[in-house]
Amino acid sequence: MTIKVSLKVNGKPVSAEVEERTLLVSFIRETLRLTGTHVGCDTAQCGACTVSMNGKAVKSCSILAMQAEGADVTTIEGVAKADGALHPMQAAFKEHHGLQCGFCTPGMVMNAIDFAKSHPNPSEQEIREALEGNLCRCTGYHNIVKAIGAGARAMAGK
Amino acid sequence: MGAPMIGARVERKEDYRFLTGGGQYTDDVELPRQSYAAFVRSPHAHAVIKKIKADKARKSPGFIAVYTGEDFAAAKLGGLPCGWLITDVDGQPMKEPPHPCLAQGKVRYVGDHVAIVVAETQQQARDAAELVEVDYEVLPAVVDGRQALKPGAPQLHEIAPGNKCYTWAIGDKGVVDAAFAKAAHVTKLDFVNNRLIPNAMEPRVANGHYSRADDSYTLYVASQNPHVERLLMTAFVMGLPEHKVRVVAGDVGGGFGSKIYLYAEDVAVTWASKQIGRPVKWTSDRSEAFLSDAHGRDHHTIAEMAMDKDGKFLAMRVKTVANIGAYLSTFASCVPTILYATLLAGQYKTPVIHCEVTAVFTNTTPVDAYRGAGRPEATYVVERLVETAAREMKIDPAEIRRRNFITEFPYQTPVALLYDVGNYNATMDAAQKLADVAGFAARKKASEAKGKLRGMGYAAYIEACGIAPSAVAGSLGARAGLFEAGEVRVHPTGSVTVFTGSHSHGQGHETTFAQVVADRLGVPMENVDIVHGDTSKILFGMGTYGSRSIAVGGTAIMKALDKIIAKGRKIAAHLMEAAEADVEFKDGAYVVAGTDKKKLFGEVAFAAYVPHNYPHDKLEPGLNENAFYDPSNFTFPAGSYVCEVEVDPDTGAVKIEKFTAVDDFGKIINPMIVEGQVHGGLTQGIGQALTEGVHYDASGQLLTGSFMDYSIPRATDVPTYQVDTRETPCSHNPLGVKGCGEAGAIGAPAALMNAITDALGVKDMPMPATPQNVWNALKSKKAA
Repeated sequence: MTIKVSLKVNGKPVSAEVEERTLLVSFIRETLRLTGTHVGCDTAQCGACTVSMNGKAVKSCSILAMQAEGADVTTIEGVAKADGALHPMQAAFKEHHGLQCGFCTPGMVMNAIDFAKSHPNPSEQEIREALEGNLCRCTGYHNIVKAIGAGARAMAGK
Repeated sequence: MGAPMIGARVERKEDYRFLTGGGQYTDDVELPRQSYAAFVRSPHAHAVIKKIKADKARKSPGFIAVYTGEDFAAAKLGGLPCGWLITDVDGQPMKEPPHPCLAQGKVRYVGDHVAIVVAETQQQARDAAELVEVDYEVLPAVVDGRQALKPGAPQLHEIAPGNKCYTWAIGDKGVVDAAFAKAAHVTKLDFVNNRLIPNAMEPRVANGHYSRADDSYTLYVASQNPHVERLLMTAFVMGLPEHKVRVVAGDVGGGFGSKIYLYAEDVAVTWASKQIGRPVKWTSDRSEAFLSDAHGRDHHTIAEMAMDKDGKFLAMRVKTVANIGAYLSTFASCVPTILYATLLAGQYKTPVIHCEVTAVFTNTTPVDAYRGAGRPEATYVVERLVETAAREMKIDPAEIRRRNFITEFPYQTPVALLYDVGNYNATMDAAQKLADVAGFAARKKASEAKGKLRGMGYAAYIEACGIAPSAVAGSLGARAGLFEAGEVRVHPTGSVTVFTGSHSHGQGHETTFAQVVADRLGVPMENVDIVHGDTSKILFGMGTYGSRSIAVGGTAIMKALDKIIAKGRKIAAHLMEAAEADVEFKDGAYVVAGTDKKKLFGEVAFAAYVPHNYPHDKLEPGLNENAFYDPSNFTFPAGSYVCEVEVDPDTGAVKIEKFTAVDDFGKIINPMIVEGQVHGGLTQGIGQALTEGVHYDASGQLLTGSFMDYSIPRATDVPTYQVDTRETPCSHNPLGVKGCGEAGAIGAPAALMNAITDALGVKDMPMPATPQNVWNALKSKKAA
C-alpha cells in the first residue's frame, strides 16, 4: 500500500507517494535524495539519522514518513546559510576537529543544535550526557564535546 | 610565503562537505537503472545445505534474480584469497581451505553467505531474500579456539584436520627455557584477548556496475584499499583483466581494518550486475555488519616473563591460540604472527623471546586486522606481564620499566625487528608529570575516604607501522608488495592535484598531505587538492592500514615532489639563463644564488605547459611526476600511557578519572589531526578493556549482535584525555614521520586493566571490565 506524504523539508514543501512502511530516513535519503542524513544502525542507537522535526532533534529511522505529515523538517543540508556560510555549530565542529570520517557528523550536529537551544553554556558533563543517543567511532568524543560547548556558546552569542 | 605548514594546526579541507551533508559515501551513489541486493545468510553456525528453494522469492514484488553457490560454481568464480602465507613449524604451508563467495554445500558460521537476491528496491530485495527457503542439516559447532583444537571437536574443513590452520613460532625455545631455569622470579599470566567487532559507523556498501558498451566493470565500495581489492577480485576470484575493472572508494565512513578486505558481497554484486545488465547495490545493515564484517583479536595466551633479582628481564615465553573464525580472511594469517610476536620485545631489552602461535578455525565470523592488529595483543601481553612482575617483586612499575628500557639505537630485538630510533624515558617522564603520578597517593586516600577503590596503571607500548620493505615482507610470506605510489600534477596555472595510493576514511589526508605539498612547493594550501580512492585516477595504491599513510604514502608524494622541483629547476635555469647548479628552490620560487633573478613556481609551471621559451632539446613539456616508495624499514612509534580509575566496590562500576597519553610519532605534520587520532584510538582501546566483547553461545549464535548488546563506548564512558607528544624523528624517511593511527588502541587496554587490577588488588581479571566482571573479581578475591 502506498500513501501520499506532504511536508516541509529545509523550508521547501515536498510531496511524494511512498509505501506506508517507509521510514522518514528512507524518505529523506531515497525519495528526496538528501544523502547527508545517514543510517548507521538498525536499532535506533547510533543517531546518525538525526534530523530536526518541528524544532526538535529526532531519529529519522524511528519515525515513519507518514508520521511526519505536515511537519517542518530540517536536515543537515538545511543548516548552513544560503550563501554557504556555516552555522556556528558546524563552524565549531570544524574549528575543534569534532569530526573525522564524517559519517556520524550530521546527526551529531543536528542533535547539538537542538541541545544548545536549551543549554547556552553547557558543562562537559551535560554535553556528554546529551550525546547518549549519538555514537562516534572515530573521535573518542573528546573534540565533539569541545566543539558542542563552543558551538553552544557561539549560538548564544557568548 | 606564510608560516611553515609542517607542524601547523590547520583546519581540515574535507570538513566543509562532511558538515553540510555533501559527503559522497558509497550508499549515496545511485546509478541509472539501479537495482538492489540482499543476501540470504545462514542462521546456523555449522550446517549442510540440503536444498535451496526460491519459488516464493521469484514471485515476490520487484524480484529480478537470485543466485546461489551452484551458480557461482558453474560460473567458475574462485574463492576469496588470503594475502599472506604462513609456514607451519613442520615446514608445511598453512592450511588454506576454500573460501567460496557463496556457500558450496556447507555453511560454517552464522551470517555465512547462501544466496544473493536482486530486486527493484532495497526493501523488495530484503523481502524476497526472506522468502528463500533453505533446508539445513544442522551440525555441531565449535566457537572457542581452544575447544576447537581438542580431539572430538566438530571439524570445519577437510583439509585442516583438528581445525588447525598452522602452528608458527619465533625464537629459540631451548635458549629461552634455559634463561627461565636461572630466573630469580617468574611472572605468569593466562588470559584472553577478547574478540571485538570493529563497527565503523558507516556499514559496508558495494555497488557493482557492468557496462556492456565497453565490457568493463565499476565497483563502488566502502574500502580502505581499492587497488588491492581490484587486484584480488580480478586476478584471484573473477578472472577478469585488471584494466577492465575500476574500483571506486569515495568517502568512507571509518574502517579500522574492517574495510581492508575483499568480501564475498563485493564479488557477488559485481558478477550479478553482468548477469542482469544493471547496476546492483548492496548496503549492509548494522545487524549484517555484526555478523559479516571481519572481527578482531580473540587470542588465548599463556605468557611468562623471567627476571633476575633486580627485575631485569631475562626472557619471555608466550603461547597463543588465535581463533581466526570459519575461513581465512584477506590478511588473517599475518595478524597473530608477523604483526604480533615480532612486537613482544616492546620497549625492553629482553634478550631472548619465544612465541608459539596456533591459528584455529571455528564456527565464527572470520577474524582479521582490527585497529592495531596484533600489536594491541602483543602490548597487552608485555605490559600486563611487566606491571604484574613489578607488583610481585615490589618494584615501582615505572621503575621496572626504566630498568629495562632500550636506550641505545639502532636496536635489534630478538624477534626480528630493528628499531631505528626511540626515547622511551622521555615519553615516560612526560607522562608521569602530566598524569601527576606524584599526587596519586593523596587521590587514592581521598577515594578510600569515600569508600571507593582507586588504581593507577601504565602501558609503555611500541608499534611497528608501515610494514616494509616489500622484500622482507615477501620473505615472511606476504603475497603483496608493501610500497605506496603518489603522483603530483602541477597544472599550467600552478595549482596542484596530488594522487595518492593511500586512502582516507577519517584520517584527514586531504589536509595533512596538502600541508606537506604546500610546504614543499611554497604554494597556498587552497591551491592543492588530494585525490584518493579511485583506481581510474590513481596509478596504483596499497591503501591505508597499519598507520602507514604518512610514512609510506606521504614519502611517495615527497619523492614525486623532489622530481617536480628538480624538473622545475631545469626549466627555471633555462628561463633565467643561469646554470642549473646555481638555481635554488626556496619559498615557492627559483632564485639564482647571489642575484635578484627569480621565477615563481607558478611561472615555471606555466612555462612547462606553454613552452614557447623552453629547453626542448633537454626536457619534455609538462610538469607531472609520479613516484613509488618502498620503505627500508618499519617505523616505530612508541609512548607511555598512564590511566587512573576509581572503582565503586558496591556496583563494580569503573570510572576513568584520568587518562594520559604521551606518544612519540616522530615529526608531526598537523598536531590537531594527530591528537584526534590518539583520542579515537584510546577510545577504541578503552572500549576493548571496559565495554566491548563478543559473545557466541555454544551453538554459534552471536549474542552480541547489535548496539544494544555490544557496547561501543559512548561519550559518558570516556574522559577528556590528556595527550602530549615527544619527538624523535624516524631516521629513514624524509619527513621523519612514524604514523599515529593505531597507537591509542594499542596502549590503552593494558594501561586501563593495569589500573583496574591495581584498584581491586587482584592479579588479573578478564576484559571487558564490565561492572559484573569487576564485581565478580572482587567477590572471588574476598572468597580467596
